[in-house]
Amino acid sequence: MTKPEAAIVDGPPTTSDLEPVPGTDAITPVTRIGKFKIPTDVLRAYTMVFALIAIWIYFHFSTGQIFLESRNFSNLMRQTSVTGVLAVGMLMVIVTAQIDLSIGSIVGLAGGIAAIAQGWWGYGLVPSLAAGIAVAIVIGAAQGSLTAYLNIPAFIVTLGGLLAWRGVILGLSRGETVPLRLQSFKSIGQNYVDPRAGWILAALAIAAVVWMTIARNRARRRHHLEVPGLGQTALRMALPAAVILWFIYTMNSYEGVPIPVIILIAIALAGAFLTQNTTFGRYLYAIGGNPDAARLSGINIRKHILAVFCIMGGLAGVASIIYTARVGSASPDAGTLLELDAIAACVIGGTSLMGGRGTVFGAILGALIMASLDNGMSLMRVQPYSQMIIKGAILVAAVGLDMAGRNRS
Amino acid sequence: MTRLETPDPELQNSFLEMRNITKSFPGVRALDGVSLALRPGEIHALVGENGAGKSTLMKVLGGVYPHPQYGGEIFISGTEQKFSSVRDAEKAGIAVIYQELSLVREMTVGENIFLGREPRRFGVIRWEELYRRARELLLDLNLQIDPHVAIRSLGIGQQQLVEIAKALSHNASILVLDEPTAALTDSEVETLFVILNKLRDRGVGMIYISHKLNEVLRISDQISVLRDGKTVGTNPTSAWTEPRIIASMVGREVGDIFPVMDHEQGEVVFAVENFSVSDPVITGKKLVDNVSFSVKRGEVLGIAGLMGAGRSDLLMAIFGAHAGRVSGEIQLGGRRIQIRNPADAIRQGIGFVTEDRKRFGLVLDQTILNNMTLAGLRRISGRFVTSVDAESAAGEQAMKELRVKANSVFTISGTLSGGNQQKVVLAKWLLTNPRVLFLDEPTRGIDVGAKQEIYAQINKLARSGLALVLVSSELPEVLGLSDRVLVLHEGRVTGEFSREVATPEQVMACATGHVNRGGLGAPIDQGAVAQARVGRERSL
Repeated sequence: MTKPEAAIVDGPPTTSDLEPVPGTDAITPVTRIGKFKIPTDVLRAYTMVFALIAIWIYFHFSTGQIFLESRNFSNLMRQTSVTGVLAVGMLMVIVTAQIDLSIGSIVGLAGGIAAIAQGWWGYGLVPSLAAGIAVAIVIGAAQGSLTAYLNIPAFIVTLGGLLAWRGVILGLSRGETVPLRLQSFKSIGQNYVDPRAGWILAALAIAAVVWMTIARNRARRRHHLEVPGLGQTALRMALPAAVILWFIYTMNSYEGVPIPVIILIAIALAGAFLTQNTTFGRYLYAIGGNPDAARLSGINIRKHILAVFCIMGGLAGVASIIYTARVGSASPDAGTLLELDAIAACVIGGTSLMGGRGTVFGAILGALIMASLDNGMSLMRVQPYSQMIIKGAILVAAVGLDMAGRNRS
Repeated sequence: MTRLETPDPELQNSFLEMRNITKSFPGVRALDGVSLALRPGEIHALVGENGAGKSTLMKVLGGVYPHPQYGGEIFISGTEQKFSSVRDAEKAGIAVIYQELSLVREMTVGENIFLGREPRRFGVIRWEELYRRARELLLDLNLQIDPHVAIRSLGIGQQQLVEIAKALSHNASILVLDEPTAALTDSEVETLFVILNKLRDRGVGMIYISHKLNEVLRISDQISVLRDGKTVGTNPTSAWTEPRIIASMVGREVGDIFPVMDHEQGEVVFAVENFSVSDPVITGKKLVDNVSFSVKRGEVLGIAGLMGAGRSDLLMAIFGAHAGRVSGEIQLGGRRIQIRNPADAIRQGIGFVTEDRKRFGLVLDQTILNNMTLAGLRRISGRFVTSVDAESAAGEQAMKELRVKANSVFTISGTLSGGNQQKVVLAKWLLTNPRVLFLDEPTRGIDVGAKQEIYAQINKLARSGLALVLVSSELPEVLGLSDRVLVLHEGRVTGEFSREVATPEQVMACATGHVNRGGLGAPIDQGAVAQARVGRERSL
């Protein structure tokens, strides 16, 4: 059972020969693989993509070609959605050099409240969902305030939360599992969008890719940067387009794109936009990268940390809705250990726990890798205890490789 | 100093001898052939401006820079020593007590003294013996300190004495003290001196680094003055006077790197009145004490002073970024303003090129562009949604104007040389469109070429009508660039000079607190600025 591990360990070497030569400035870090030189950051971004593909191919053939079959693949994507949504929030938390250990418990509490609201209190769909998400946001705000304004380390605040919020839902639900009464609630986790809508989405996404590639080239030209040639530009459009078409085709060959996956994609795009294209996102990276410099540049660090915990809470609320809807009921122990999956997803996706580094894309990729390991090993009927050992080993190995690459540079 | 044969009668009794020590850093020659001899039972004071090479010399002696990394020879009692680590130096009997004490605050006095060398039997620490020996050591120095109390509960002065006890427990025969009195009260200084005299009687040789010339003259037997990495004079203390020391410290030629530039000055843009900053850690201590100054449009105000004079504290506090309690009034454009945090300061039009660019200035992981736009991001890029185009346009222009050498604005700032990093920090603040710009040590640790470029920028900015406040430890830099120089000593203004009358000697006299003594006639209070014009020419 060492094969899946090897898929990552055998990734391309991340040796980077960055030597600041006095006098000559600005050297782009470059990694050599055989005769090829690849900018190190590009390599780092794609290492995990290759690792993911390798894992998928391995599982596909060792499960008698079930793994990538449309039905299982659809299932895999749905499994990814909860961890993925949480990972987007966790990414922002970790980028500011904080941590949130309580989100598993928040998922349990928020999902429980939403279920109780519709089951016991007779709320409609929207008020039930709103109740669950609102509770999660309030908890995020409370934990964020304690961290940012009372200077209690986030590790401690959210470790307390991990215990306390689990206790709250145990008390509220009196230990019972609350079934979902509303079919509309369940459909959020269990239904699919119409295949035709899927194709329309695919068309829109491809149009967006084409437009963005052209815009990017124009921008590069404006800033006198090297503009990729026609062939490369075409490849940059064709490759994502092919992935999108394949994705929608696979989903549609089963039942269509699952609704949780649509939610995940929407949240990931919003998260990517927020972190990459707004002043807010830029400040988060600055705060994590060098808090002193950020503070002296006029950034209100406390306010941003509070905001990040609120966002994390909100996303935990959304994840709790998907989770509860998919299961069809809210049990008091729902979401246990999800915080660790989210943190692992971020870290595998290249996020630095020291803050200042990481992308939403990487975090989603990490979530996919984690979910793929779960799904694939279950299909292979690997014993749960071995699954835990292998996942743990892979997490440590992935970070170890990254650190080794970084230390050398 | 030219003795080369080892069996030399004079060397027999100078048991430490450093010969021709050289040490270079990229772009800088920190030590350029320094020699120093120390006899047993002698206190040898080392004085010089910031950056003269004192600390570097002591790091060579202490083994911080291991053997082949420096040039020259070190002899102890006639045997050549090649330390490859701090441990080696300790074994040879050298103990260095740095300004930042190296005690573990949460541990007891006894634990600290024997840290790493605890008396033990079969690997088990013998606490009774440890504390017995610690008590003996302390009593030996006449120190009334209980070895069982935690370091944290002691005052800074007592901590210093514990550090000395620790050094002696190593059987150190050579003790280096780097600014030992910087944080001490007068009575603590007296206690320290009693102990140093006692150690001298026992034959311990001491190297005493200090900016406080009156203390140096009181305690030392020999004084060496360092300047620009060279020894400019070693004499018995009786042969020195404060003015002579000062003259040796500064007596270098400013040269032509500072094009004398008369800036056209306008009205007063920025003023600070009765500004005080208290120490956030030590209650009752003031880091800045009742300072007032003003800057005009197009003027460069230099702030001179030695380490710990409160220059950076003053700027940090004005900028709303100081942890200590702040009082006083700030005026900008004739209007009284309130600054509670750096965001307020930036909004009002204050820019601050902070010292230590790696710690306070840059997010090293990020691109040049992200760093350049960080402080003025909302102004340059948009309130919420950022625009790469708008940012790159601003960044590329700044890069061109400041001549940052890099492939593009998307180069990671951590890969740049010091000079280029400094230019990025400067660009960051210029992109906030300031009316007043503070520059704290803008040329520290960068090579001469980059320095000159920064100087040219400062002159250009002044000409464009910006008001500048320049803090620098390099006296020639302050004198060469400033239209007016304010001198701080222990948080107070001890002198103010206009460019025409400022001489390095006068400024240094004020900076060392040597005021109205020794016949230099340096002015003390701000009202006395005009008096500085007593027909004294710049004696460069």
